[in-house]
Amino acid sequence: MSKITINIDGKDIETQEGEYILNAARANDIYIPAICYLTRCSPTLACRICLVEADGKQVYSCNAKSKDGMQVTTSTQNIEKERRAIMEVYDVNHPLQCGVCDQSGECELQNYTLDLAIDSQNYAVPDVNREDIDWGHLHYNPGLCIVCERCVTACKDMIGDNSLKTIPRGAEALDPDYKASMPKDAYAMWNKLNKSVIGLTSGEEMLDCTSCGECAAVCPVGALVDTHFIYKTNAWELTQIPATCGHCSAGCQISYDVKHTSISDTSEKIYRVMNEWSYVSLCGAGRYGFDYQNEVQSKDEVAFANAIAAFKKADTIEFTSTITNEEALILQKLKIELGLKLVNTEAKAFQTFLNDYSEISGTKLYGNNLQNTHNSNFVISVGTAIKSDNPNARYSLNNSMTVNKGAGLYFHPVKDPIIENLAKSIITIQHAPLQEEAALYLILDLFGDKEKLPSDVVEYLASFHSEKTITVTETIKEKVIEMVKEMKVNEETGEEEEIEVEKSKIVPKKVSKEVVVDDNALLSILGVADNFMEALEKNLKKKDTFALIAGPDLYTHPNSKNLARLLGLIEKYSEFEITMIPTLTNSLGVALICELDDEKGSFTVGYNTNGDFTLSALGNGSECDLDMPAINQQEGTLTSINKRVNPTNAAIGYKGYELNDIANAFGLKAKNTIDYTVQLPLESGFEAKNFDDLPNHYDNDGSEHRGYVLNNISVNVNGDESVDKFDDTILSGTLIYLANPVRQFSDFTNKTTNLDEISGVYMSEEFLSKSDFNEGDSVRVKSQNGELVANIVSDNKILGDIILLPTFDFKINSEALFSSYRFTTASIQKV
Amino acid sequence: MKNEQFNDRNISNDYFKVDIADYPTTDWGKFKCALDRTFKLELLVGLWVVLREMFKFNTHTVKYPEEKMPIGPRYRAVHEMKRLWESDTERCIGCGLCEKICISNCIRIDTKIDENSRKEVSEYSINLGRCIFCGYCAEVCPELAIVHGGEYENASDQREHFVMYEDMLTPLDKMKAGTQSEFEGFGAITPHEEERVKKTPLAY
Repeated sequence: MSKITINIDGKDIETQEGEYILNAARANDIYIPAICYLTRCSPTLACRICLVEADGKQVYSCNAKSKDGMQVTTSTQNIEKERRAIMEVYDVNHPLQCGVCDQSGECELQNYTLDLAIDSQNYAVPDVNREDIDWGHLHYNPGLCIVCERCVTACKDMIGDNSLKTIPRGAEALDPDYKASMPKDAYAMWNKLNKSVIGLTSGEEMLDCTSCGECAAVCPVGALVDTHFIYKTNAWELTQIPATCGHCSAGCQISYDVKHTSISDTSEKIYRVMNEWSYVSLCGAGRYGFDYQNEVQSKDEVAFANAIAAFKKADTIEFTSTITNEEALILQKLKIELGLKLVNTEAKAFQTFLNDYSEISGTKLYGNNLQNTHNSNFVISVGTAIKSDNPNARYSLNNSMTVNKGAGLYFHPVKDPIIENLAKSIITIQHAPLQEEAALYLILDLFGDKEKLPSDVVEYLASFHSEKTITVTETIKEKVIEMVKEMKVNEETGEEEEIEVEKSKIVPKKVSKEVVVDDNALLSILGVADNFMEALEKNLKKKDTFALIAGPDLYTHPNSKNLARLLGLIEKYSEFEITMIPTLTNSLGVALICELDDEKGSFTVGYNTNGDFTLSALGNGSECDLDMPAINQQEGTLTSINKRVNPTNAAIGYKGYELNDIANAFGLKAKNTIDYTVQLPLESGFEAKNFDDLPNHYDNDGSEHRGYVLNNISVNVNGDESVDKFDDTILSGTLIYLANPVRQFSDFTNKTTNLDEISGVYMSEEFLSKSDFNEGDSVRVKSQNGELVANIVSDNKILGDIILLPTFDFKINSEALFSSYRFTTASIQKV
Repeated sequence: MKNEQFNDRNISNDYFKVDIADYPTTDWGKFKCALDRTFKLELLVGLWVVLREMFKFNTHTVKYPEEKMPIGPRYRAVHEMKRLWESDTERCIGCGLCEKICISNCIRIDTKIDENSRKEVSEYSINLGRCIFCGYCAEVCPELAIVHGGEYENASDQREHFVMYEDMLTPLDKMKAGTQSEFEGFGAITPHEEERVKKTPLAY
């Protein structure tokens, strides 16, 4: 893509070749009205209001691409006429009771109606009965809907659920006189609008999707509203607190919208979460899981004194990665100050994996991020239940396929209907657990540069290949000449007579022949379908940007070191750029800041995890000796999968003690926790920046100004690029897998009121139907490491025989069943 | 989004005390204070005016509370909430415009969805101690629901003095008797309004 210059309204602007005019204009602060277009999605062409004149021709700026030297005028007399008519049409039959609409104040219909000064109406059509519909977590009001299809576009192009579509409205046809009297585009747009409303693709009554709520966020009017927010407050009463979502490692930009609780209670309450939906898409946990704050009435001095005593007595701090970078640094400083051990198994595994990886790649961190993955056109996911481990990674996988005409490969033992339905161009490979190494070898084999790869790796890969002779039936087209009798009028006599005409015809013919083909043993080891190679070849056409997403299954794999080294080779010797999904919210930050130990000592202080003395932000219901603030009550930074250090602000006040108070009691002097932001370790790639200097916003051209990007420090490599052969042990029998349902990540998401997933043993509908288990049965799951008793939950978001155990509910101690790898064999019995 | 507002950590939403000079504690200080109060005669200046006027008996003052001035129909005193003539239901739709426009920030409104899926006002309060009776709330109200009434006797023994939704609503017996009066001041429909409105065409 080359840089070009186009001229919009007399202003020369620089943009990319092939960029839509609308995006080029927006990036340069030139205003073109547009309702249906969503940045990062394909143009819908429903509203037609973004009309401009480019080189004397009227085009839609949302789907007209820029060409060098193009002259664009955003407003002509005719365009103004069209726009006015379009807005008048949008206002036809739209209720005028803005006072009772939740979108009032941030409604694009209000904005554009006022902007274009629509003060009278010239059009009318009889309305149909459009009563509002409850879709579960969303409420749809067709009476307010302007059918811009932004929800449909977001769901398809960004999220990948394809849960919404347009359905017939059943309205009377427009008055035929309008066709002649109305501006052309306005009539065409109205004609289409008048025929449709939004409905569910499934045809069911309730929405059954991954419940991200992105459709309601992008809705320009009040047609799609989050059920929990209906009539709670007006948008303009809310204060927006810029923040970073604290649930997973994606580190999405969000704002907590807060207001006083009620007229008699002035304490702050979060009413909803908003996002910059043009540039970031949230998952259901981010959008609906906001009220996980730890409400503490006052400083509990007795508990604090106990905590100080416990820290003096302790030899270990065990913690989870749902903490900020600053807290991680405080823990690291306490470790040095008090000579403690720091234990965090999941961050330790990730840390080790990153170190092993950098031995080959030569950089401390992986090279890619999710933004680049969005823009790639061939994406591989390996070792992650991507839809629940990091929903944003799934959106980037989907977005690359839908908008960049990309394709993808998804390697995972658990069959996932959501991923399979993202697009036709995704190939899912259900390999056996423990076979992730074979998957990475296959990637190296298919995409690695054989000339540069270490020779022993090339030899090893070649050992999987053999030649075999197969019989293929091919369809060839054969030309057949035949004589056909035809009736023809004799020109001389004027009579019809039969004559024979010679006609050639192309007839398909099946031929079977024997061919020698390459047989790749890795394919059969991974259990891919027979036509895999042909399908892949087709999918790889016109692909030039490659991205790979690696996930937490690899970090805890028994041969994780070899996997890390293989990833290093892939990054180095193929066109793939790698992104690794950190296991929890800030696993990457913790891995970079803390020196972690393997073994616990005899007396443990637990932070957000149970210890002999427990500090917890979970509050009531969990074992807790001293309360701590949750992430939505803290200032600080979180390190995201995109290697960004994102700032987050406190949405809700906190009246108790925090970790910094404990640190201060041990002589580490800092007034606020964020005084540590500037001290984050430079040698790990952090920058010496003050918290208050960190920005948290996006520009109009989509460029991200949030905190800063970590420096990817280079590491000395010793040149040893050897990798081990893969281990062909596979797990068999009844398999359990440690993964959460979509919208749940930890006890914090479980604590929120709007996320109401039932915890239990998740079995696919397919598995339940062929076994003698029923939904709701209490079962005992027993592995060689431990056992638990929980109820069966039927899960239609998975397929196949593997059973999922969640980690988000501390009442079910799933981790106890697993040694470290996320899969294990287990026996399941009814209780 | 600007972050500056979040970076100032020295502010809180709690009340704080202002500096008021302390009463003298030393003996000399107390003595000086007593001397000042006793021998400086500013007090008598004011008292003399009062005494002089007391004996004249020809005041122009209205003898409130025995006597009260009539007030005009557009007078802006304590608010009232009107009901619909047709159905006796509340006119207020809970749009919150009054809360938004209030320049002294004394209106607060809580809404919720009711059992008929309609927006319902669950609580509504005006802090009369802060209200400056400017009339903006009545003017902005799209439903002519909140208006000013004529009740101006709202002295109270503390500064925060709230009036709630139920207190402002026209009582139902008054509705039955048909004696709810329309406010003529801010927000009321101006004469000949209909002639000036462009009508939206209807396809029925």
